[in-house]
Amino acid sequence: MATVTEQERAAQTHPDVRQYGEVNTDILRMLSRPGKWWWILLGMSVAGIGLLAFSWGNQLIQGIGLSGLNSPVGWGAYITTFVFWVGIAHSGTLISAILFLFRARWRQSIYRAAEAMTVFAVMTAGLFPLIHLGRAWHAYWLFPYPNQRLLWPNFRSPLVWDVFAVSTYFTVSSLFFLLGLIPDIAAARDQTKKGTLRNRFYQLLSFGWRGTDRQWHHFGKAYLFLAALATPLVLSVHSVVSWDFAMAIVPGWHATIFAPYFVAGAIFSGVAMVITLMVPIRKIFGLEKYLTIRHFDAMAKLCLVTGLIVFYAYLTEFFMAWYSGEDPERRVFWNRAFGSYWWATWIMLTCNGMIPILLWFKRVRHSIPALFVITLFINIGMWFERYVIIVTSLSHEFMPFAWAVYRPTFTEMGIVIGTFGWFAFWFLLFIRLLPPVAIAEIKEVLPPPMRPRKDRKKEVTT
Amino acid sequence: MSDAREGILASFDYLDSTVDAIKGLKEKGFEEITAFAPFPEHHIEEALGYKHSPVRLFTLVGGLTGAATGFALPVFASLDWPLVVGGKPILSMPAYVIISFEMTILFGVLFTVVGVFWNMRVPDLKSDVVYDPEFSAGRFGIYVTAPEDRLQEARQILESNGPSQLQDDPKARSHG
Repeated sequence: MATVTEQERAAQTHPDVRQYGEVNTDILRMLSRPGKWWWILLGMSVAGIGLLAFSWGNQLIQGIGLSGLNSPVGWGAYITTFVFWVGIAHSGTLISAILFLFRARWRQSIYRAAEAMTVFAVMTAGLFPLIHLGRAWHAYWLFPYPNQRLLWPNFRSPLVWDVFAVSTYFTVSSLFFLLGLIPDIAAARDQTKKGTLRNRFYQLLSFGWRGTDRQWHHFGKAYLFLAALATPLVLSVHSVVSWDFAMAIVPGWHATIFAPYFVAGAIFSGVAMVITLMVPIRKIFGLEKYLTIRHFDAMAKLCLVTGLIVFYAYLTEFFMAWYSGEDPERRVFWNRAFGSYWWATWIMLTCNGMIPILLWFKRVRHSIPALFVITLFINIGMWFERYVIIVTSLSHEFMPFAWAVYRPTFTEMGIVIGTFGWFAFWFLLFIRLLPPVAIAEIKEVLPPPMRPRKDRKKEVTT
Repeated sequence: MSDAREGILASFDYLDSTVDAIKGLKEKGFEEITAFAPFPEHHIEEALGYKHSPVRLFTLVGGLTGAATGFALPVFASLDWPLVVGGKPILSMPAYVIISFEMTILFGVLFTVVGVFWNMRVPDLKSDVVYDPEFSAGRFGIYVTAPEDRLQEARQILESNGPSQLQDDPKARSHG
């Protein structure tokens, strides 16, 4: 098809993909044969949802007392996991919007899956405010709506900002995801047999896409604007989440570093999660041609950079606690490192600070198993980071008589573990129903097919 | 469209032949051209003479509407129930900037999505249009309609660029 020299080919993002049509067959094949592993994972995720439903149902009937939440620790495992999932959600938009604006061509292979991960992670995160409310049926009170008592939410409260930020984020990331999918759904539509259920589903979601010049022209512009709008949104959402804490005067929370610190942490954990998810997908579906070592290397570097910012922020927090001379602040941080929660803090420091140091080495970045293990540790570490920030600060506020130790109960642990099943369930459905790798955009970075020319000497016809 | 119009659908394997064919058609004054591509290709857009997309206006209007709404809502709510919280002023503008910021993005995105659908003229399930499933896989395509007497000329231009397939469409159909 195309005629390029071997040297040119080696410099491309996907050196082993030779034809446009090949992309369609390779990617759309993923939608047809689920295989044994898919069913096993789906079974596990459904079991997770069962655990979630049982634990949450139990809590709804018996009350929030089933959790370990009490004075002074009113925010525990639920808010921790909320922040964890919102953080995971961030790298999807980073990869799809920010790297799009920066024209990072390695994003093409991974961004679809990362975006899907974003949408499902926000869907998971969105459960936690409801769970944490206890009386989940009052959740609509969070939104400003005209009511009989003429009451409005307090717009000075970061918790109300959070409602706006997270619901905007969910809407925007879903629309961005669905708009980007349209051309690829059309490709899936064209390759399924007419009249089947699957074909009708794709027909409906492709909105009659034909890939005409007019469609591509407006689509391209809209995509650019959405990326430009999504970029400040990503940075704002986790900043707002961080202000849920930083606006309060609780020692350990009240710090100006929180917004950038949380955003870096969110991207760190999100990229780690993308790697964790992409390694098995690549293996199971044989996507080595599309997810090359180069892609993993780039993601690992992103992980390394954000990880360093996070580690720097940890050290700054400890330094500022000492340097401020504030007694409650110093006590909180001393307690953090050597008090009742020393194990959580040291898990955090080890997983997020020490282990990612390995990513400095090219050999590690180029080893898929090593990356998989390292990113698993980062995921664990980032959950503990939020746990440490939230729980240790609340348990050790100003008044010594009010100090107490919080432990998550079985109900809380059931819900937290269950939401991983809920997330996995949507993600597994996604890789079976929608093209998990962007078909059209991969073609953008492939060399375009040109007429064979006779005047070129060293050429390989492919 | 008048009855005397006919169409031709040509498929191409190569990008440069597609672009050359479009340029050739444009030079000879053919304006009813639809090009198909499996991915966004700016050479084709340039050959067809695209400039700005009106989608950007939707984005701008949406963003401004959102910014205004995002200020108006908390201001109205605070004045509707003027309750002093934490000793802060009734109108705590810095806090409302955050609401306004989020609403700017939300409305900007919603308007952009409406704008792009409107401009792409989708969903359009009724119109009778030409299409080949190959266009989503690897081929480029050109559909040109012209009055009967000029069709031969268009065919020559297309053929000189080596199409992989050429189909006559005796009744010109919508360009969608």
